[in-house]
Amino acid sequence: MSRIYLGEFEELVLLTVAILNGAAYGLNIAEELKQRTDRSINLSGVHVALYRLEEKGFVKSELGGATAARGGRRKRLFSITAHGKRTLDEMRQVREDLWGAMTNLNFS
Amino acid sequence: MSNRSQKPLPPGWADRLLRFVCPAGLQEELIGDLREQFEQHVAALGEAAARRLYVRETLRFCRPYFISRQLRAMAAESKTESSSPFLNPAMIQNYLTIAFRNLAKNRVYSFINIFGLASGMAVAMLIGLWIYDELSFDKQFKHYDRLAKLWQFVKFDVEKSSYDVMPIPLARELRGKYADFEAVSLSVSRDVIMVAGEKKLMRQGSYVEPDFLNMVSLDIVAGSRFGDNDVNSILLSRSLASAMFGASNPISKLIKLDNKQTVRVGGVYEDFPANNSFKNVTFLIPWKFFAANDPGAKRDRDEWDSNSYQIYAQLKPGADFDQVSAKIKDIRMKRDDPPGYKPEFFLHPTSKWHLYADFKDGVNTGGTITFVWLFGSIGVIGLLLACINFMNLSTARSEKRAKEVGIRKAIGSLRSQLVGQFFSESLLMAMMAFILSLLFVQLALPFFNQVAEKSMVILWTNPLFWLAGLGFSLLTGVIAGSYPALYLSAFQPVKVLKGIMRSRRSATIPRRVLVGFQFTVSVTLIIGTIIVFRQIEHAKDRPIGYSRSGLIEVKMNVPELYGHYTSLRNDLLNTGAVSGMAESTGSMTEQSGGTTNISWKGKRSDTKPLLMANFVSHDFGQTIGWKLVAGRDFSREFTTDSSSIILNEAAVKQMNFKRPIGEIVRTNGKAYSVIGIVKNMVKEDPFSPVKPSFFLLDYRNVNTINIRLAPQLSASEALSKVERVFNTYSPDAPFEYKFVDDQYARKFGNEERIGRLAGGFAILAILISCLGLFGLASFMAEQRTKEIGIRKVLGASVLNVWGLLSKEFLMLILVSFCLAAPISYYILSDWLKNYQYRTELSWWIFVLAGLGALSVTLLTVSYQSIKAGLVNPVKSLRSE
Repeated sequence: MSRIYLGEFEELVLLTVAILNGAAYGLNIAEELKQRTDRSINLSGVHVALYRLEEKGFVKSELGGATAARGGRRKRLFSITAHGKRTLDEMRQVREDLWGAMTNLNFS
Repeated sequence: MSNRSQKPLPPGWADRLLRFVCPAGLQEELIGDLREQFEQHVAALGEAAARRLYVRETLRFCRPYFISRQLRAMAAESKTESSSPFLNPAMIQNYLTIAFRNLAKNRVYSFINIFGLASGMAVAMLIGLWIYDELSFDKQFKHYDRLAKLWQFVKFDVEKSSYDVMPIPLARELRGKYADFEAVSLSVSRDVIMVAGEKKLMRQGSYVEPDFLNMVSLDIVAGSRFGDNDVNSILLSRSLASAMFGASNPISKLIKLDNKQTVRVGGVYEDFPANNSFKNVTFLIPWKFFAANDPGAKRDRDEWDSNSYQIYAQLKPGADFDQVSAKIKDIRMKRDDPPGYKPEFFLHPTSKWHLYADFKDGVNTGGTITFVWLFGSIGVIGLLLACINFMNLSTARSEKRAKEVGIRKAIGSLRSQLVGQFFSESLLMAMMAFILSLLFVQLALPFFNQVAEKSMVILWTNPLFWLAGLGFSLLTGVIAGSYPALYLSAFQPVKVLKGIMRSRRSATIPRRVLVGFQFTVSVTLIIGTIIVFRQIEHAKDRPIGYSRSGLIEVKMNVPELYGHYTSLRNDLLNTGAVSGMAESTGSMTEQSGGTTNISWKGKRSDTKPLLMANFVSHDFGQTIGWKLVAGRDFSREFTTDSSSIILNEAAVKQMNFKRPIGEIVRTNGKAYSVIGIVKNMVKEDPFSPVKPSFFLLDYRNVNTINIRLAPQLSASEALSKVERVFNTYSPDAPFEYKFVDDQYARKFGNEERIGRLAGGFAILAILISCLGLFGLASFMAEQRTKEIGIRKVLGASVLNVWGLLSKEFLMLILVSFCLAAPISYYILSDWLKNYQYRTELSWWIFVLAGLGALSVTLLTVSYQSIKAGLVNPVKSLRSE
């Protein structure tokens, strides 16, 4: 765990990329997040997170086909890498361990 | 609206912004996403909302992440040679290397250029500092914008005069009846002899009311201020406290004032800074003390027509100076028994104390602000001269480099690279000049402070100073570099290298205009300097009506000096060091007061002329050496002389007496008969006519001892003997004396300062112009080396060559002289109008200045032209 650092927002973006596997790009990630988390998401933030994740090797990307809706511009499609998947698993494991440890406590 | 495409589009500038901040590689996908979102928003929320959201999203992209990626991308790009060679670090390094080599190769030229610009900048900086200091006057007060001093206009005869002295009851009136005043304080300033233990000092300070301390935001560093109930208390400035008591604690120490009353030190305050109207106030004493002890103040307590005291006021927030002035204007005239001089009170705001202190006939006519403008324009002109020089030399130099441009272009240099080359050279020089000018200013500042009577420092920590300095250097560098950078770099290499490109005559026209301008300024300054000094000399040589040499004055500010006239006089005369002694009201170099309460036979009843009153002892005339033109001096042999009067010539003229001796003049309810007429004596402004004055005998109404030192002894010897006599009469007071000729010379302070500054700038302007001329002449000679060689082969003499090269400059001088003469005539005759006693603008001054400029020019140019003429033609023709 010490080798990687993933911010909360980055983690959400990475999870969304995993959900939309193969078809994820800036705008639909933002919309997906907006729906699921009910908080205001801006495109630039999502893009910065995506580029950072790519620099860290959690996602990979390729330029996809052009759509008329974008004025003929291509979109960059992101998919999760094996490293990214493993990191998500590790983080989930850590959290579950922590949650498990907490059931012993008495919250009265 | 009809032209609009069907599809709604987001604002174009948002896209441009995005292209600017985001790296090129990401733009397609980012704009794509934004556009897709935009279309969704249009469908869902309408076009207006969609556009608004689009802009908001785009602005969010201006975040550090994208900008730093963009910068990195740009930096990476500039490393690859293909794009923007201008920003390439290797190229910039190369520019600087070449620039330094060029500077080193042409040492003289570089020196002239950088030195000239640096001195211009240094002058501008000095003047800038001076103006900054002048404008910052009195701004230390917390309530600067609400403080004012009371002034009044009074009308003695035709014109309104202005005075800043007020009657005491006015302060009470303002405080009690006018709601606009937050605080009002009476104040009076005095030179006081202070004695504490062995220490005796004479210092200037003020008696003020407690409110005054708040008004001037007094900074108490030890002890406490005085309140309403304190009377025998004193506040010392930090410098006076250390002068009186050294390192020991001054609080609660006792000080004896003028050998009469004793006060206790209540506190110490930080000295008023040099740029403050109260900078000479070294101590503050409660007004109550003054009111209780000073006989004049006791007498004037309810006296509405005795104007001898200052009043300072602080208005309530929101009150307007003009409106309040209008309200208080007629306070005196509305009271009983209004005086004939019709006083009009008004407020003079603190912001105007220093720069706008002159009034003429009831209107503010400025004051020191004139000098701010004058020196400001001189600074700008000096800087302009230096810049012109810099540009002239840079452009002249660059023409020699046309071939270099050709070769650089031929081997593949881009135009943008040449532009960069020339700009970096001129910027480098401008920056070096800036650094050098800082050095100059630092070195010149102590001297400049002395001349200007200031204590200024370079504003090392003021960002504005650096911004202005660096900004100006950049601007000069860019302007000077623009001609070679933009014009030369456009040459076609083929033409240049074939030698078709010759500098055409038209190219030199701007340069001639600039040199002409420089000389116009120089000649104007020379003429100005001569006139200012002639005006000073003119007033100094004016007959003053008495003799100044060896005349000293001693203020009678301790009670021991009064009432011993005869014995003091005898003791002084017996020392042999004194040839005459008398007593009088006020100094010979000041006029202490006048009266309108005077009448004579044939006086017109509708006028109220002011006559200056002087009270003197019997020996006054003989001591100061006045010149009787008619009648006789006061004499002890005539017991009737207590009702005799002596008039000056101006008074006789005013009174229109045909046979003045024996006429009767009435003043203060007593009749005096005229026994003598003296020549006009210059007591006040040496540039104005002498005012009508009269002299009366009075041994009580005096405060100054006049002493004529005997010429046989040296001044120091005589003074020590005089001091010994004074010490027997007033052992506790320091012996303080003033030489009348020193005091008289001080009246020329302002004029001499202008004269010295104008002279300094004239020398500097000539120096800068000559540097430029020297450089230009050397380039012209160099450019025509071949021509001169051929001419010499064909038989031209050195004189011919000299004439050839000098002719052009002579023409320039003539033209600029023709411009400078009328300009300076206009300015100077305007200046001289300020003086009623003034010198003539003689034609020979102009001729002299013109000849001076001409000879300096010829000397400068001749060096180059004779050098060119002496070169062996074989050498100049063999090269190439």
